[in-house]
Amino acid sequence: MTVRRTTLGGHTHEFRSLTDVLAKATPARSGDVLAGVAAESQAQRVAAQHVLADVPLATFLTEQVVGYDEDDVTRLILDTHDGAAFTPVASLTVGEFRDWLLARAAERDEVAISALARGLTPEMVAAVSKLMRNADLVAVARRTRVVTGLRGTLGLPGRLASRLQPNHPTDDAVGVTASILDGLLHGAGDAVIGINPATDNPAQTIALLELVDAVISRYEIPTQSCVLAHVTTTLRALEAGAPVDLVFASVAGTQAGNRGFGITLDQLTEARAGALALGRGTVGDNVTYFETGQGSALSADAHHGVDGPVDQQTLECRAYAVARHFDPLLVNTVVGFIGPEYLYDGKQVIRAGLEDHFCGKLLGLPMGVDVCYTNHTDVDGDDTDVLTLLLGAAGCAFVIAVPGSDDVMLHYQSLSFTDVLTARSVLDLRPAPEFEAWLARMDLLDDAGRVRELTPDAPAARTLLAAAR
Amino acid sequence: MTTPNGHVGHHGRNTADRPSAHDGHVGEHGRTDDPWAVLREATRARVALGRAGDGLPTARELEFRAAHAAARDAVHTALDADRVRAALAAAGVGLDVLEVHSRAPDRTTYLQRPDLGRQPAADTQLPGGPHDLALVVADGLSPRAVHEHAAGTVAAVLDRLPGWSVAPVVLAHQARVALGDPIGAALGAGIVVVLVGERPGLSSADSLGLYLTHGPRPGRADSERNCISNVRPPHGLGYAQAADTLVALLQASRRLGASGVVLKDEGTALPPGAA
Repeated sequence: MTVRRTTLGGHTHEFRSLTDVLAKATPARSGDVLAGVAAESQAQRVAAQHVLADVPLATFLTEQVVGYDEDDVTRLILDTHDGAAFTPVASLTVGEFRDWLLARAAERDEVAISALARGLTPEMVAAVSKLMRNADLVAVARRTRVVTGLRGTLGLPGRLASRLQPNHPTDDAVGVTASILDGLLHGAGDAVIGINPATDNPAQTIALLELVDAVISRYEIPTQSCVLAHVTTTLRALEAGAPVDLVFASVAGTQAGNRGFGITLDQLTEARAGALALGRGTVGDNVTYFETGQGSALSADAHHGVDGPVDQQTLECRAYAVARHFDPLLVNTVVGFIGPEYLYDGKQVIRAGLEDHFCGKLLGLPMGVDVCYTNHTDVDGDDTDVLTLLLGAAGCAFVIAVPGSDDVMLHYQSLSFTDVLTARSVLDLRPAPEFEAWLARMDLLDDAGRVRELTPDAPAARTLLAAAR
Repeated sequence: MTTPNGHVGHHGRNTADRPSAHDGHVGEHGRTDDPWAVLREATRARVALGRAGDGLPTARELEFRAAHAAARDAVHTALDADRVRAALAAAGVGLDVLEVHSRAPDRTTYLQRPDLGRQPAADTQLPGGPHDLALVVADGLSPRAVHEHAAGTVAAVLDRLPGWSVAPVVLAHQARVALGDPIGAALGAGIVVVLVGERPGLSSADSLGLYLTHGPRPGRADSERNCISNVRPPHGLGYAQAADTLVALLQASRRLGASGVVLKDEGTALPPGAA
């Protein structure tokens, strides 16, 4: 391990390893304090950022944070690294890479930035993000292009899609349907209609898959469904011939973390192949969906690397390497869900949301964010407004929305359908193109292309409400 | 995703049932000719709220804020030990009541350092046992739940345990569930039950959880516990119902000499309706 030091304000700061530099350079958050890796002073944090700025990007190809022999995520990262894609930035340090990205963003050179993806490792991207301010994260993400599709196209410029999340405490079919219709009437659901099942078993999963498939078929909606069951449950549903659009998994940045989620890379490969074989796509063939979140490895005691605990944001980026391997349609960080011991307040959640979005996108992911909070975190609607509008400016592919911000199954608050309308309106963003055309066909858009505020006797409302009866 | 606070439930998340999100507005939409009523009657989710432009109407916005405020206040209310002592006495609980603090000195630290909330403060002294059972009343994430439901639950449990030797009741400040492990061990208890305020939901700020651990000692895993969630009459479980279930689990745990996943597998041994 290489010891690195710098002198700042007459004081010499020493960092015992690359892992230590990455952790201490990270903007403050409770999870790194809990893990015992955070900077002990503001000066030490900035000193670590100085040191990190001088680390050559290529160092991350040879100096590991989590060991190659012990961890299949590290092997995936290094074995699939694309040297040709790395070439434009191969000679840069982390600090020079930040400058390079900001220059390309200012030139609106989406091609140059987006072409790097497979040449970058999660550790490189995490490192540069630690040197960037919130506006830097927004500016570069806005000029990074990742487009995916299944029955709708996501990630196009000027678009903001949403996952309609119609969760219900007992998976009641009528209750789920009511929330789906409420979302559709608000123009939500172009990214996916995605349900967290209350009970993870094959029969329940199949019933929910058939329910959403019936709604999508009945109204010919150009979107896709997902029941966010465990991948082993989805494999059973596939065997049973259920209408599976998307294979879902929560993924972490270490092999131990993925073991904690009960998944292996082989299982994901098998499930993806099963969904691909169904041929359910019309505009694309991206058939996987992943969720992540800073702190998930730490909460499973799966945050250890070659030099002890690794900071939670670097591990989060490593989860993106897992997701990237399976050509996902959708990836989102569930940024405020995990609790105040990982992200304590609005400032930390906003920062983490912007980091996750930027890092995922730079690594080539169709990145969305569940802008959310629990009641024991110091976050409220003002904070989620700030993060949502910044993500809209940053070109976020999609956000998650639930009726009235209140997820009555998972007991946390995400965005409301109206929050998505506000973000689209304020930032002149539109739904996914196929879905937007469907909204127009259903007479749900006004002359200016905005989602109409319907009276119950409007023809479109009557048509959709018929499904609830 | 991982659980926000270690509660074990479906998907490792607290999915306890709760009443309608629109409890405060019963009758407001009572008109049977309101077509949106079709949606509202189908789910407790906050559907068909209407719009003010691209936002929520003022009444709906304020309704949501009130629910969030109640949940936030429930988290940050301090545990009032005198109030709980008085409630225990009024409920006819004759056991001594002791108090302990975790190593988390205040709420801010408690919320960010769950590890400190699992360890007793350095000066903690408790009388040794042996006892069959120890009851730990822990503020957890909702001291309000403890204020409102701990005494009634403790009294109902003790009523159902004639012949059991029960240690003094311990009131624990800034406490996580696992603080019951060192406390139970110090008290020489065969089984510890931690009655803890659960993370408040938007419409359920006063929900009490009961966690049973056989052979308490530091280092017990969450998989070695059994949980009864959502004790919260009249909307959630009542005291008698919760006590019936807990006592059935206690008897099965004593018989098996274990708790947790093993005990859950013994579900058929529980009385009808107990699980």
